[in-house]
Amino acid sequence: MKILVGVKRVVDANVKVRVKSDGTGMDLANAKMAINPFCEIAVEEAIRMKEAGVADEIIAVSVGPQVCQEQIRTALALGSDRGILVETEGQTDPLAVAKIFKAIIEKEEIDLVILGKLSIDTDNNQVGQMLAALCNYPQGTFACSTEIKEGKIEVSREIDGGEQTVLLDLPAIVTTDLRLNEPRYASLPNIMKAKKKPIDIIQPSDLGVDISSNLKTLGIEAPAERSAGVKVESVAELVDKLRNEAKVI
Amino acid sequence: MAILVVAEHDNSSLKPGTLNAVSAAQQIGGDVNVLVAGSDSRAVVEAAAQLTGVVKVIHADNACYEHQLAESVAPLIAEFGKNHTHVLAAATTTGKNLLPRVAALLDVAQISDIVEIRSEDTFVRPIYAGNALATVQSSDSIKVLTVRTTAFADAVIGGEAIIEDTDFGVEQGSTEFLGETLSVSARPELTSASIIISGGRGMQDGENFVLLEKVADKLGAAIGASRAAVDAGFVPNDYQVGQTGKIVAPDLYVAVGISGAIQHLAGMKDSKVIAAINKDEEAPIFQVADYGLVADLFKALPELEELLTD
Ligand SMILES: Cc1cc2nc3c(=O)[nH]c(=O)nc-3n(C[C@H](O)[C@H](O)[C@H](O)COP(=O)(O)OP(=O)(O)OC[C@H]3O[C@@H](n4cnc5c(N)ncnc54)[C@H](O)[C@@H]3O)c2cc1C
Ligand SMILES: Nc1ncnc2c1ncn2[C@@H]1O[C@H](COP(=O)(O)O)[C@@H](O)[C@H]1O
Repeated sequence: MKILVGVKRVVDANVKVRVKSDGTGMDLANAKMAINPFCEIAVEEAIRMKEAGVADEIIAVSVGPQVCQEQIRTALALGSDRGILVETEGQTDPLAVAKIFKAIIEKEEIDLVILGKLSIDTDNNQVGQMLAALCNYPQGTFACSTEIKEGKIEVSREIDGGEQTVLLDLPAIVTTDLRLNEPRYASLPNIMKAKKKPIDIIQPSDLGVDISSNLKTLGIEAPAERSAGVKVESVAELVDKLRNEAKVI
Repeated sequence: MAILVVAEHDNSSLKPGTLNAVSAAQQIGGDVNVLVAGSDSRAVVEAAAQLTGVVKVIHADNACYEHQLAESVAPLIAEFGKNHTHVLAAATTTGKNLLPRVAALLDVAQISDIVEIRSEDTFVRPIYAGNALATVQSSDSIKVLTVRTTAFADAVIGGEAIIEDTDFGVEQGSTEFLGETLSVSARPELTSASIIISGGRGMQDGENFVLLEKVADKLGAAIGASRAAVDAGFVPNDYQVGQTGKIVAPDLYVAVGISGAIQHLAGMKDSKVIAAINKDEEAPIFQVADYGLVADLFKALPELEELLTD
């Protein structure tokens, strides 16, 4: 079984990002960048399938500028076999990313795609579902557990009311939720070994994909700041304030 | 101009998020049609037909829609979406599972989690876990949007829409529904509760949530949690509030033993009033709390329960 994982380069989840004062974007100068946390979980899930003997090869794909090779290298150090960078500038729309993945799936004959459920920068939550539509594959989104079963994959999904379990024919698209697994760290020897693993660098046009966008960002603003209120001295004062000042209880 | 809203339901009742999506659709302007895809779901259709502003309810009743599997429902929405300028659904796990698939079938973009409508083609949405608001304009022929439910009022009852049945059905064999475990609770639902009390890692274990429950009983509140509390197994995953959990905006949100990480704030900082109980006076939650109490929750919660008795 051949698995494709998506690794998006995003600002590290622990960085508190701010809007640039001119409203053109986020101030990311010198910000620490990382693999999107949900993609890390996708990589980990693929590696576990390989370790369990149900997967043979893991291909890590990133769409973005040259620097995304750093995140592909990390995915390789964690245990992916090879990488593909599809070079684009800036953010690429989810639909275009999905079209790029579809073209790679067809070329590489992929059996299972594992993506994150969400990019923590653009907060889209779209690529997996779009890719499933384009390929006419089943989708197991927001996965909190997976199990390969004779040409199928069983996926438990986190839904608003609780949990749902579906059985999907392969090939299929799975997107990860936070509790699917706990990603490992790359060991130093594996980081060294990853330097020798291949990364193909290609252009969207090599795949015949048009990445032009029908969405235009007109501006980016900081949300209204909530100001800190008061500290109360006792539970009694808290109850009094909630009752008589805020009038919410 | 007609707008299609996808109803969310469990085949017997309409989910509250649909009301917010309908009122967002009314703000865009034009005729609002609601699509109900379900199995034995007549009651849902009748509820949707009563919403003010809804002109037509399209009803696709077919066993293949029983569990709202995206593989079946998305082609149906896309088919009817073609005759509409906008397709909307609530940004719940159901809506998020369906609409990107619909958008790709229509070969258009999807805009997630809109919180404001500037015009028929321009929308505002949070990015970076709510650290920024982006204004996005779409030139697609059909705008496919998910709606942040807390940002739009509930549509009200008072209409009488016409009902149109369709036998459009997509049988697909690639996905089999195996089962569902749904939390049952006598408490209000998190996303529609007017008071929420949430516990974090500071609760130390699941049993201690009894302390929160006793207070919640007094207040008629729903119970929520941070990711740390869910990860530690104190409570089920559907309690999680935040960037990757539920987005809530009650009249009162009480955070107990929660530090206030950005990803948690993303889910609750639009609450009207925020109160926080934390033993660490430096905890970031105090930067957004209207009322902060620096105290040990194991002492404060029983006291709170006691004081709410009268
Ligand atoms: C991609 C991503 C997505 C995430 N999504 C979410 C999300 O949706 N929701 C979410 O909540 N988190 C989310 N997180 C996790 C988030 O970053 C924090 O780790 C989490 O919110 C911390 O939970 P906590 O406040 O309960 O725990 P902690 O940060 O450990 O805080 C515990 C607090 O309890 C207080 N405390 C301890 N004992 C007591 C006591 N006896 N009395 C009073 N106070 C006490 C402490 O002072 C501390 O402030 C996400 C993280 C990532 C990377
Ligand atoms: N530019 C990208 N490069 C690689 N993978 C991506 C990219 N954009 C999105 N993805 C994948 O799709 C998932 C969901 O992203 P999104 O729909 O943008 O929230 C991510 O977690 C990735 O696995």
